[in-house]
Amino acid sequence: MGQTIAITLQSLRSLPSRIGPSLVAIIGVAGVVAVLVAVLSMASGFRETLSGAAREDNVVVLRSGSSSELDSGFDGEQSRLIAQSEDLALVSREVYVMVDIPKKGTGSMSNVPFRGVEADAPAIRQNFELVEGRMFEPGRKQVIAGIGAAGQFEGLVPGTTLEFGTERWDVVGVFTADGGVAESELWTDAPVLQGAYRRGNNFSIVYGQLQDPDAFNAFKDTLTSDPRLSVQVERETDYFAAQSEILSTFISVIGYFIAILMALGAMFGALNTMYSAVSDRSREIATLRALGFAPRSIVVSVMIEAFVLALIGGLIGALLAYLLFNGLTVSTLNFASFTQVVFAFAVTPDLLIQGIVLALIIGLIGGLAPAIRAARMPIVTALRE
Amino acid sequence: MGTFHLIRKNLTRKKLRTTFTLLSIIIAFLLFALLGGLSRAFSLGVELAGADRLVTMHRVSFIQPIPVSYVNRIQSIEGVETALHQTWFGAYYQDNRQQMGLFPTDLETFREVYPEYSIPDDQWQRLLNNQTGILVGQAMAEDYDWEVGDRIPMFSSIFPQQDGSFSWDMDVEAIFTGSGNNADEMQIFMHYDYFNEARAFGTDTVGWIVTKIEDPDQADQVAEAIDQRFANSPTETKSSTEAGWTASFAAQIGNIGLMVQMVLGCVFFTLLLITGNTMAQAVRERTSELAVLKTIGFSDRRVLWMVLGESLLVAIIGGVIGLLLGYLFIQGAANALSQFLPGLAMSWDAALIGLVLAAGLGVVTGILPAWQAGRLKVIDALARG
Repeated sequence: MGQTIAITLQSLRSLPSRIGPSLVAIIGVAGVVAVLVAVLSMASGFRETLSGAAREDNVVVLRSGSSSELDSGFDGEQSRLIAQSEDLALVSREVYVMVDIPKKGTGSMSNVPFRGVEADAPAIRQNFELVEGRMFEPGRKQVIAGIGAAGQFEGLVPGTTLEFGTERWDVVGVFTADGGVAESELWTDAPVLQGAYRRGNNFSIVYGQLQDPDAFNAFKDTLTSDPRLSVQVERETDYFAAQSEILSTFISVIGYFIAILMALGAMFGALNTMYSAVSDRSREIATLRALGFAPRSIVVSVMIEAFVLALIGGLIGALLAYLLFNGLTVSTLNFASFTQVVFAFAVTPDLLIQGIVLALIIGLIGGLAPAIRAARMPIVTALRE
Repeated sequence: MGTFHLIRKNLTRKKLRTTFTLLSIIIAFLLFALLGGLSRAFSLGVELAGADRLVTMHRVSFIQPIPVSYVNRIQSIEGVETALHQTWFGAYYQDNRQQMGLFPTDLETFREVYPEYSIPDDQWQRLLNNQTGILVGQAMAEDYDWEVGDRIPMFSSIFPQQDGSFSWDMDVEAIFTGSGNNADEMQIFMHYDYFNEARAFGTDTVGWIVTKIEDPDQADQVAEAIDQRFANSPTETKSSTEAGWTASFAAQIGNIGLMVQMVLGCVFFTLLLITGNTMAQAVRERTSELAVLKTIGFSDRRVLWMVLGESLLVAIIGGVIGLLLGYLFIQGAANALSQFLPGLAMSWDAALIGLVLAAGLGVVTGILPAWQAGRLKVIDALARG
C-alpha cells in the first residue's frame, strides 16, 4: 500500500514534465464529454419543457383517431357535453391553429401555435402568470404571448399590432406558465379565434382539471362510453410525454452514438499518451522494480495517472458544456403538433455525472494496457535502454 | 532506397502507435461521413425542388385552406405554364402516430408539373380510370409491401367521409420512381374528386397550389403577380419558389447544420491534437537518426518531405477507411430509417470534402515537425543524441 502511494505520488508529481502528451489526453476527453453533455442537454431541455409543467390531475380530450390538437375537432354540441362532466373542476374548450411569424435573427417563417381559450384556461395551467401587460378582453382581437414565443419570434411585444392576412391583432400581454409548452403559444379568446378562422362553433380540444386526480378512469369511461361522442382521453402528463418522446429519443440516440464513437477516438489518443508516458519512464520504472517495488504498485500508479488525466478532462468538458449551453434558448418544430416549441438546453446533474463516468471509462481503458506493459517490462532490457 | 520506402519503414516501426493514430483518424472521418449524411437528410427537399416551380399557400399559415377556384385564376396569370393543387390528407395506415405524406391532387395534370417521376403507361391509364386509385412512390410501396392492384384501408386524422367514418378505401393502381432517393418516393397521390365529393367538410378547398412556370428566371415576378391577384381578398396568398418553401420547413427544425458543424469542429480539433502530438513525438525520438541521414547526404528538403509524407500518408489512409466505413454504415441505416429520415445518403461532394480534409489534416499535423526536421542542424542533433 505504502509502495503504491509513493509511486503514484511520484508519477503525478512528474506530470508537469510530460505536459504536452498529457494535455492532449485531457483535451481529447474534454471534447468527448462536452459533446455528450451538450447534445443530451438539448434532449432533456425539450423533454422538460413539454412534460415539466404538466399536471397529473389535468386531462386532455381529443377526437378519437386524431394525432394532436391540430387535427382534433369537436362541434359545439360535443364540446359542451364533454365540458359539462361533473368530474371536472375547471374546464376550457380551446381552438388550436397556427400562424406564420418570422423568427428573430433569421427572419424565416415559423409555425407559431395560436390558441383560443376560455376563462378557466389560465387556472388549469401550472403557475400561469402575466409578467407584462394585461389579459386579453373577451370578444376583442387581442392576444397575449407566452414568454418563450415573445423571445423567439418578432413583434410579440405589448403595444404592437400583428397582421395575420387581413386580420389585425393587438398584443396586450406576456405570460409565463412554469416553463411549460404554453409559453411557446399565443392566446386569445376562443370565440374570437373561431370567427377569425371561420371555425363556426367548433373547438379543437377540451382541456380540464379533475376534481379528484383518482377519478381519471371514471371520467374517461364516462366519455368513451357515451354514444354521442367519439373521443380519446389522456392525462396531460401522458399526452406531453408521448409528444416529447419522438424528438428527445432521436436526439439522445444521436448524442450517445456520436459521443461513443468520439470516446473511442479519444481512447486511442489516451492510449498513445499513456504508452509514451510509460516508455519515457521505462528506465525509472525498471529501477523501481529492481529496488523491489511490486508490479501491482506500478500498475496502480499508471492507472491512477490515467484516471487523473481523464477526470481533469471530464471536468473541463462538463464545465464547458454547462457554461456554453445551459439555459441556451432555441426553438424547434414539435413533430407531433407541427408547431414551434421554444425550449432551453438543460444541463442537469445527471448529465454531468454521465459525462464524468464516460471520461473515467476512457481513462480506465486508456490506462490499463499501458499499465500492464509497464509492470511486465523486462527489468534488464529496460535498464539498458 | 526511395523516400517512400523510408516512410513505410518509419510507420511500421512503432506499430501500436501508428495503429492507434490511424484508428482515431478513421473514427473522425466515420463521424464526418455520418454527420454529413444526417445534415443532408434534413435539407434534401431543397435539393430535389424544381427551379421552375412555385408554391402558393394561404398567407396566414399552410393549414388554412384556399379555394380550389384559385387554380384557374393562377393558370391565367402570364408566365404560368400549369397550376396544380395539393392538400394534406393527414393519412395514416394502422398506426395514427405514423403520419404519411398523402396528397389529394389533380392527377390529370400531375405529370405536367412533375415530369421527373416516371410511371409505366399502362399503370397510368388504370390510375386515371379508377377514382379510388392512388399513385404510390416506389420506396413507400416497398416499405408497406404494397403492389399494384392492392386495396388499402387508409385513415385520415383530419377528414371524415360524409357518413362520419375516417376510413378511406384506396386502390394501388400505379407506382412511380423518382430521383432514386427515398425522399420523394415516400409520397402518395390520390384523386381530388373522390376526396372532395366524399369528405364531410372543407368542400372545394385545397391546401396549396404548385405552379410550373415558363421561365425560372422570372420566378420572383410571377410569385409577386400571383400574390397581387389575391391581395385584399378574404384569402390572401403567399408564394415562393419550391426550394424556398422546402427550405423554410427545414429551417423550422432549427439550425441542425450549425449543431453538426459545431460537433465536427470539436471532433477535428481533438483529433488534430492527437495526431499532431504523435507526429511531433515520432520526430523527436528520431532526431539523431534524421541527423545521420543528413550527414550521409539527404537534403534538407528531402528530410522535410519524408516527415510530412509520413503524416500525410497516415491521414489519408485513415480518412479513406473512415469515409468508406461511413458510406457502408449510411447505406445500412438508410434502409432502416427510411420512414423517419428519408434521404439519408452520402453524396460525392461530401466524400470529396472528406478527402480534402484528410489531406489538410495530414499537412497541418506534419508541417511543424517536418519543418523542424528539415531545419535540423546535424552537429546539434548528434551532440544531443
